[in-house]
Order: sequence, then structure tokens, then C-alpha cells
Amino acid sequence: MPHTATEPRTGKTASGPIMELRDIRMHYPVARPLPFGAKKVLKALDGVDLQVPAGQTLGIIGESGCGKSTLARILSGLEKPSEGQVLFDGVDINELQRAERALMRRNIQLIFQDPYASLDPRMTIEQILLEPFEIHPDLVPRARRRAKIAELMELVGLNPDHLSRYPHNFSGGQQQRIGIARGIALNPRVLICDEAVSALDVSVRAQVVNLLQDLQQELGLTFVFIAHDLQIVRHISDSVATMYLGKVVESGSYDRVYEHSAHPYTQALLSAAPELRQGSSTPRELILLQGDPPSPIDPPTGCRFHTRCPIAQPSCAASEPRLDPLQGDHAARCFFPGPLNLGSG
Amino acid sequence: MRQPHHAPRPLLEIRDLRVQFATPQGTATAINGVDLQLAAGQCLGILGESGSGKSVTARTIMGLLDTPPARVAGGEILLNGEDLLSIGAKRRRQLTGPCMSMVFQDALSALNPVHPVGRQIGELFRVHRGYSRKAAKAAAIEMMDRVRIPAAASRVNDYPHQFSGGMRQRIVIAMALALGPELLIADEPTTALDVTVQAQILELLKEQQAENNMGLILITHDISVVREVTDQVAVMYAGRIIEQGPTAQVLSAPRHPYTRGLAESVASEALKGHRLPAIPGSPPDLLNIPVGCSFANRCFLADEACTAAVPALEAISAGRQSACFHSQEVPSHAAYSH
Repeated sequence: MPHTATEPRTGKTASGPIMELRDIRMHYPVARPLPFGAKKVLKALDGVDLQVPAGQTLGIIGESGCGKSTLARILSGLEKPSEGQVLFDGVDINELQRAERALMRRNIQLIFQDPYASLDPRMTIEQILLEPFEIHPDLVPRARRRAKIAELMELVGLNPDHLSRYPHNFSGGQQQRIGIARGIALNPRVLICDEAVSALDVSVRAQVVNLLQDLQQELGLTFVFIAHDLQIVRHISDSVATMYLGKVVESGSYDRVYEHSAHPYTQALLSAAPELRQGSSTPRELILLQGDPPSPIDPPTGCRFHTRCPIAQPSCAASEPRLDPLQGDHAARCFFPGPLNLGSG
Repeated sequence: MRQPHHAPRPLLEIRDLRVQFATPQGTATAINGVDLQLAAGQCLGILGESGSGKSVTARTIMGLLDTPPARVAGGEILLNGEDLLSIGAKRRRQLTGPCMSMVFQDALSALNPVHPVGRQIGELFRVHRGYSRKAAKAAAIEMMDRVRIPAAASRVNDYPHQFSGGMRQRIVIAMALALGPELLIADEPTTALDVTVQAQILELLKEQQAENNMGLILITHDISVVREVTDQVAVMYAGRIIEQGPTAQVLSAPRHPYTRGLAESVASEALKGHRLPAIPGSPPDLLNIPVGCSFANRCFLADEACTAAVPALEAISAGRQSACFHSQEVPSHAAYSH
């Protein structure tokens, strides 16, 4: 891949997808309950098409089990999808040969939810931050590496004098900063944050969100921000995709998805979050969904949301809606998209 | 604050509670002088970050602390005038269930995996009220109906793992409500749940509290949950209550710099595209609580007085208290703007 650290970086104005998912399916075999029972598969992702605009932040929202984290692992190349293509700059990352694959990995980095579990407790911060350069030795000459990691520490707001300490000497917020420093060490172009601030306390979360936004501006990073915290996603995202049971059910720019939600699931999800109902310019009526999301092992037929949908019709159980464009890049997977009118539904 | 003579005695009253933990590194002070009152039918939120002492407060009330390492170093917890810290194990068993009960964050570990849920709910009726097996099962089904578990009669013999997270939390709530307690403590009851399920559980708690005129203590780190459910809120920081009062007033016009920082650091719609006003630094080490106000090193108003003495929780207006020497200046100061 020709992109190196020296290439000029584009600001937030850049457009066009840097990454693209085409009909991604990820099926995991499930252990049979009985030796001769039927084979079952868990369809964590079942036909996901998604574009990640360059230099922007794509937020992904949805409940647990909807496939958010599987999506992160596939986008970052940690797992190969069962079917479908993951394009980075137009090239399928799963078709790359060994050397090209290593180059690709520099460009896509992942930040995890649990800051402590993602740092090796027996390594000093210096060893943790030097490791990426040892794996990719041609990027920074050996003599310059220590200066480089001191720079990284400053960039994420930590004291470079603390490099000889171990992860447990740091607070949760500081550990997440170390994780971020490691994530940006190789000058990636895409940073995938899988619930990166969810484990942090409220007062510390705001600091880390600010840090991520500063880094995006300074380094021209593209973010994929996966979180169940709808308020943080609204704050940080330029575009948003809602997922339900392994499918994208709505996508578009943040204001379309948040303020003019077309899919009943997005509307119910956003209305269920008290923080969005309180102090919002457009008042939201609480839509209480019945029950829990169904299991991805035996998803409902037709539209997957029809079992909990307040406006479901008999036709919804029979055939599955497509992700149809509504206006601009706003699209929803629903036969009856638009504002929910429960009075007549 | 003393109650006027004609006012009813509070359901729960905590006076100067202090709890310490012995750790290999030294003594950690988890609760450092907490005073609280709760009237019957009132809903109090305890808001705080991890390590602020909110869960330890709940566990001390319920008598669930592991002693050692924990040690109650002082104070009183009065439930209807009876000091819970001086009663024996037998009396505590009598009180737990009919007088007070608790809902935990992790419903799966709060339930016994090898017994059907119906037996676990029914056990309360058998032990406390001497019901027969059959009557206890009927009572369990009734409770499951009350927390709106669909087809309760056919699910009464299912095991906890056969239920989803939201349904399990409903079962835990059914157990907590079974004997009609006067006080229910819910410790992060929705933190492990999805947003749409959280909304269902909060509705259920509100509704049951109103129907049964229970005192409810809701412990959470989530400002929006506090705002949604509670009438009163107590904000905790490093083992102390630093601000207290009616929820709407405290959160919209905070009079302690920490509360103000918390309320502002949530990503409101207006802040889209701007930096979040974050509180700098991180909470203090409980092994080493600083002299004076524990928030002083993160505070925009701190001066020498703040690092010299601990500000007391004092009344600032009717029904409101703040533990800050500069509580007057909190609303007008420029604060954490970036």
C-alpha cells in the first residue's frame, strides 16, 4: 500500500469512502445441544453494506448482540468475514499477500473497551509503546523511537517521565490514553473505537472524548466510533448507522438519523435514552418496546424487527425490506419509513 | 437538618457513617461521614463515580459488607428508629425482605443458577410467612405477573439462564418486592442492560414505588437516570455527600463545582462540534484522601481555605445543602469552559 506517514493528510472536509463493506456476512457455528441435534449458526452479521467516509467519524449504534463488535473486528482485519468484501482504498484487505497485509494493518488500528485488559500488565508503558515499532521496524529508525514515544505520550496528555511505569500504576482514564497512544503510534488512517470510552467514569469520559476529537483534527484520522452511549455518538459523529440483529437498519448523516429518524427501531432506541429526551430541542415521546432483542441464532423471518415493531403489518413478517435510500445518503430498511405516528399505527 | 416536630419520623436516617477497608497498601476510607434521610414514598438518587462510596453505602445499610476487610468505623443507620448497625444476625434476617430489600446490578449472579426462579421467589413466602409449597408457587406466579413477565405461569419452573437479561432483572425485582418492603435499594439496576430494556425497567421501578408507597434509593453513575426517576438526589465524591436537594434543582442549578462539572460534561445537543467541558484530573486515591476538600485539586474555585479544612454539608436554601466554601460563586463562575 503506497500510503506512508509522509503523505499529506486531509482534513475533515475530505469525502468519499476510505473503507467500504460489501455484503458482509459473519456466521459462527454454535455447539449442538445434543450429539445428533441440528447444526446451528449464529449470524452475527448478515449482509452488511457500509461506507466509512474519509476524515470523518462514523458512529455505530445498536443494542448488545446486534453485531457492533463483530463489525469492529472485521473492519480492523482481526477476523475474516464468512462472505463479502472489506475494501480499504478500494482493495479487499482479505485478499492481500503477507507483506501488503502488514502495511494495511498499520493503517487500520483498533482501540478496545477495557483499557486495563488491553495492556500487558508485565510490560512497562515504554515496552508497550515500542512494540508497534518493533513489529513494523522500517517506519521509525531505532535511534529515533524513544523520542517518538515521548512525543506520543505528550500527544495524549501523559507525562513522558512515566514511561517506566506499569499499567496498574495508572488510572482508568490514563490507561485508555495509553491505549490510544499505541493505536496512533503507526500513523494509522482509520481508528476503530469499540466502546472506547464506555468503561470510563463520566468526568473522565469527557476528557478522553476531547482527546479523540483533537487527535482527529491534528492527524486527519477517520474514526469508526462504536458505542451504546447514544449521547456520545451524537456528539462525536458526522454520520451514523443503526444496527439491529446483524443488519444495518438505518444510515445517514447524524442529523438525519438523530433528528429525522425514519426506521421505527432507531426512533425507539433514541427515545429510550433518557439523556436524549431531556433537554432536547425536539421533544421525544418515549416508545417502550416490548421484550428483548430476539436471538441471532434464529432471527425472525421477514423484517427482523417486526416482532417488536409498533407499526408492523402482516407483510413485514413475510418479506424483508431492503436498505432503501430516502434522501441524499439517508437510507432505512423499512417498508414504512418516516416519522412514527402511533395514534394511527 | 432537623425535622420539625410535627413531621413524621424519616423511614431511613443515616448519621455520620464511616466505613474503612483494610488493604495491603493501608486503610482505604470508602465512606467518610455520610448523613442521609429518606421519607416513606420518597425516591432518592445517589449519584457518584466509581469509588465515591455509593455502593458501599448501600451494602452497609443492607449489612452485606465483608467484615473484614471492611470495618464500620462510626455512625448510625436508623430504619424506623432501629439502629441497623447494632442488631444481630437474627433480627437482620427478620428485617431483610419485609422491611428492606435490594436489587443488584448483575441479575444473573444475584440468582441461584440451580433452582427454578419460581422456587427462589416462593422461598421468601415460605420462610417469612410460612406458606405451603403450593401457596408459595401461586404467590411467585402472582409476583412474576406483577413485574410483567409474559406467561408467568408457564415460566415459573424455568431456571435463571433461560431468561434474558431484562427478564432476569424483573425476577430480581419481583423477589425484592415480594414481601412488600418499606425500603428498596436499587444499586445500578439498569447499568448492565440495553437502552430499550433500561427504559422498561425504570418504568417498572417507578410504577411499583408509587403503587406501594415505598422508599426507593437508586444508586447510579448516570445523571440522566437520576433525573428520570428520582425526587431527591445526593451527589457523592470520595466518600462524602457533597451536594443534596431536589433532583431538578440540583442538576439544573448546581451549587457545588463537582456537580456542576458532572452536569456540564454530558454531551448535550448544543455542544455538538465543540469540546466537552471536562473536569480535569481524576478522583482521589482513597488510601490517601487529601486534607481539606477532596475535590480541591480539580476545582476551578479552590483557594487556600479549601486545602486547609473540610467544608461541611450545610443548608444553602430550603431543602438544599452543599459542601463547598464557595457555593455562592458556583453558578456565576466561568468554570470549565474551553
